[in-house]
Amino acid sequence: MDTLLLKASGWLAIVFLAFIAMVLAADAGFAVHMAIIALAAGITLWVTINKADYAAIGRGILKAPADPGTYDDDPIRWGVIATIFWGIAGLTVGLIIALQLAFPVLNLNNEFTTFGRLRPLHTSAVIFAFGGNALIATSYYVVQRTCRARLAFPGLARFVFWGYQLFIVLAATGYLMGVTQSKEYAEPEWYVDLWLTIVWLCYAAVFIGTIVRRSEPHIYVANWFYLSFILTIAMLHVVNGLSMPVSLLGSKSYAAFAGVQDALTQWWYGHNAVGFFLTAGFLAMMYYFVPKQAERPVYSYRLSIIHFWSLIFLYIWAGPHHLHYTALPDWAQTLGMVFSVVLWMPSWGGMINGLMTLNGAWDKIRTDPIIRMMVLALAFYGMSTFEGPMMSIKAVNSLSHYTDWTIGHVHSGALGWNGMITFACLYYLVPRLWGKQRLYSLRMVNWHFWLATLGIVLYAASMWVAGIMQGLMWREYGDDGYLVYAFSEVVSAMLPMYLIRATGGLLYLAGAIVLVYNVWMTIAGKQRDEKPMTETPHNEELDKPIVGKPAIAPAE
Amino acid sequence: MVDKQRVDEATGTKTVGHEWDGIEELDTPMPRWWLWTLYATIIWGIIYVILYPAWPLVNSATEGVLGWSSRGEYEKSVAAREVELEPIRQALVSTDIRKLSGSPELLQAAIEGGRSAFKVHCVQCHGAGAAGSKGYPNLNDDEWLWGGDMEAIEYTLIHGIRNPDHPDTRFSQMPAFGRDGILQPNEIQDVVSHVRVLSGREQPSASSARGAVLFEANCTICHGNDAKGDRTQGAPNLTDAISLYGLDRASLTETVTNSRYGVMPRWGQRLDPATIRMLTAYVHSLGGGETLPAVEELNEETLEQVNGDAVTNEAEQSNTARSGQDEQS
Repeated sequence: MDTLLLKASGWLAIVFLAFIAMVLAADAGFAVHMAIIALAAGITLWVTINKADYAAIGRGILKAPADPGTYDDDPIRWGVIATIFWGIAGLTVGLIIALQLAFPVLNLNNEFTTFGRLRPLHTSAVIFAFGGNALIATSYYVVQRTCRARLAFPGLARFVFWGYQLFIVLAATGYLMGVTQSKEYAEPEWYVDLWLTIVWLCYAAVFIGTIVRRSEPHIYVANWFYLSFILTIAMLHVVNGLSMPVSLLGSKSYAAFAGVQDALTQWWYGHNAVGFFLTAGFLAMMYYFVPKQAERPVYSYRLSIIHFWSLIFLYIWAGPHHLHYTALPDWAQTLGMVFSVVLWMPSWGGMINGLMTLNGAWDKIRTDPIIRMMVLALAFYGMSTFEGPMMSIKAVNSLSHYTDWTIGHVHSGALGWNGMITFACLYYLVPRLWGKQRLYSLRMVNWHFWLATLGIVLYAASMWVAGIMQGLMWREYGDDGYLVYAFSEVVSAMLPMYLIRATGGLLYLAGAIVLVYNVWMTIAGKQRDEKPMTETPHNEELDKPIVGKPAIAPAE
Repeated sequence: MVDKQRVDEATGTKTVGHEWDGIEELDTPMPRWWLWTLYATIIWGIIYVILYPAWPLVNSATEGVLGWSSRGEYEKSVAAREVELEPIRQALVSTDIRKLSGSPELLQAAIEGGRSAFKVHCVQCHGAGAAGSKGYPNLNDDEWLWGGDMEAIEYTLIHGIRNPDHPDTRFSQMPAFGRDGILQPNEIQDVVSHVRVLSGREQPSASSARGAVLFEANCTICHGNDAKGDRTQGAPNLTDAISLYGLDRASLTETVTNSRYGVMPRWGQRLDPATIRMLTAYVHSLGGGETLPAVEELNEETLEQVNGDAVTNEAEQSNTARSGQDEQS
């Protein structure tokens, strides 16, 4: 009872402190955020009191012990729901801003709905809310199963989930209100950064704690990738977030670095957000779910070791390629480019290990739409990890930089690799987590696959054309040696490409909505009555020559 | 888990012998092509960092044996372009603007340079095709507020229109007849009717007849008795179908009530004289350019003076702006 009282009064204190901070806030954005924190602490207080296991407390323990014979899957189920929810939100905002680029009137002449505010909402929603929840949920799932141990610190694991959702809400509402430290993919202000640091360290504790408690002698390769992702993101986030708040009761802060140092720190962070969040973390998902779904052993243990260590060693240096032909000293640009190019094969190691795991089960691409999604994800992973090193070459970069080619590159990675592998994992997880025999409909997975594939193809192709066209138009010189096009002419030439891109985005979102329905019905316990996705029927009985019965008598 | 290797049936490869939640790993060697490509990129990387600036030292960095630098490359290409452009610039600045049309080659070079500079500096207001929009004049027609010969265009470019703190800027201000209480709202409607009749937008009416009287008293001083405007004060011709702010009743009512105050930057302080000349020639070439009075009619003295005024007045200020304009101009 004492512990319960202590917990409740702690939450109450946070409600009061947040309320006081709200009243004294220096700006409206900070006040709104403190109100959100007070509300969150209030809800937690209510849950703490209402949901406490009073029967167990009566027996002198805080709550009934969990069954040690099962995995701790509650936060994973929540994570799956959160992944889908934020995925739909992020994709929808993405479609809106794609349409804003084609039809500027959709900015609605209102500060809260301008492209500048919605764009970070889109990027953070898909990377950190959709991707982040997928990573946390799958890492909880994978680490327990491959360590044959329950999650260490179950309370902390739940705190990580809810704390991460609070981070997302604070970040998202902040963007809409214009609260930003103006660092790409690291827009949240200092107090949100601090909160994420706390949540992230707790996440690391849960994950590492579970590995320490493992019953298996060896640590599975997926867990190396998860671990490198968790540790590196912690380091990147802390260093890039170093800043001095103007007031402890206000949202504004100033970065610890200035000028080109700030730019380099930012892109060291930004590129490794791609490298360790969207590559290493998702490779971890791949290393568990692909062999499970294919029911095949991983292709090469040796390749996994070499490509893991070379990947994480090389990735961390590649950031300067975002700053080619800028004030960044030439030597740093050179190193950024060289490390990026050498990164090509280590990146492809993951693709090879994933695709070749299907050795002996290639037929599943035909019969299992989930495997098909995984294969497509790996194909796009391979394509964008070839495109990335290529674009980091200075000669290519001088054409591609600041154009929509970059946007196309990011999306073939994000939609093709991160999106598809996540959807495949969700389809794997949902029936297992909710104890259902199978998905509501495999044919709808197939529909999702084709909608998404078509969407990605439209998106990537239109952005390649747009980007290369922009790059060529910007540098087009006439016979007399003068630039040919005005910037505005290049902008207006983009319109058809922007329309095709928005169409691609719409198809991708449509596919995700099919997923929502399928997952909803699966959790509801329904199974769609449909033809199985098998090949042409084969009757063993009839597949033989007829013996002992002569055909028609020969003519005489 | 027991460390027990087995041979995988489908591939004939041995497993490593570990197993996690049913997942095993094969002991397949790394693909040779993968390994050799990795080695190749590493060797390429080593060569590249020897050739190009790469390794940070205490106070500097290795410069690379090729001696390449991005700054050097930039300066080289800018310098090469400068060498090409310099004769044209020199010729442009030293030629009297009124004689420019006499040398077709130089004029063409100026127009081409102007076309490019226009796309950088002017399209924001005048539009990519120089067709303007409401409040921003169309430069393709022959309707000019402040004059459409080379000299007048260059003066407008250098000194701008209604620039604050600049004595030589083109300046005029139409009274805000409604806001300042000079005319009553119904009188303004009458004047608007009259102006619409002038431009052929309306049939004469009682209102326009009353407006004509008011126009006579209030407007002719600037717009002229024939309402054809006055270029010395940028007063527009009201008898044609072209209008900067629109000839519909609402726009005209707004103009007469609150007046307008369009501003154009004075480019003399941002662009070098040669670029201004190029822009002049380009705008003049768009279709509405007017010819100057014949050069021989002017005596040499005024010529010198005008030339000096137009080109060198703000040359000092523009020198600072010039370096930034090199790529475009």
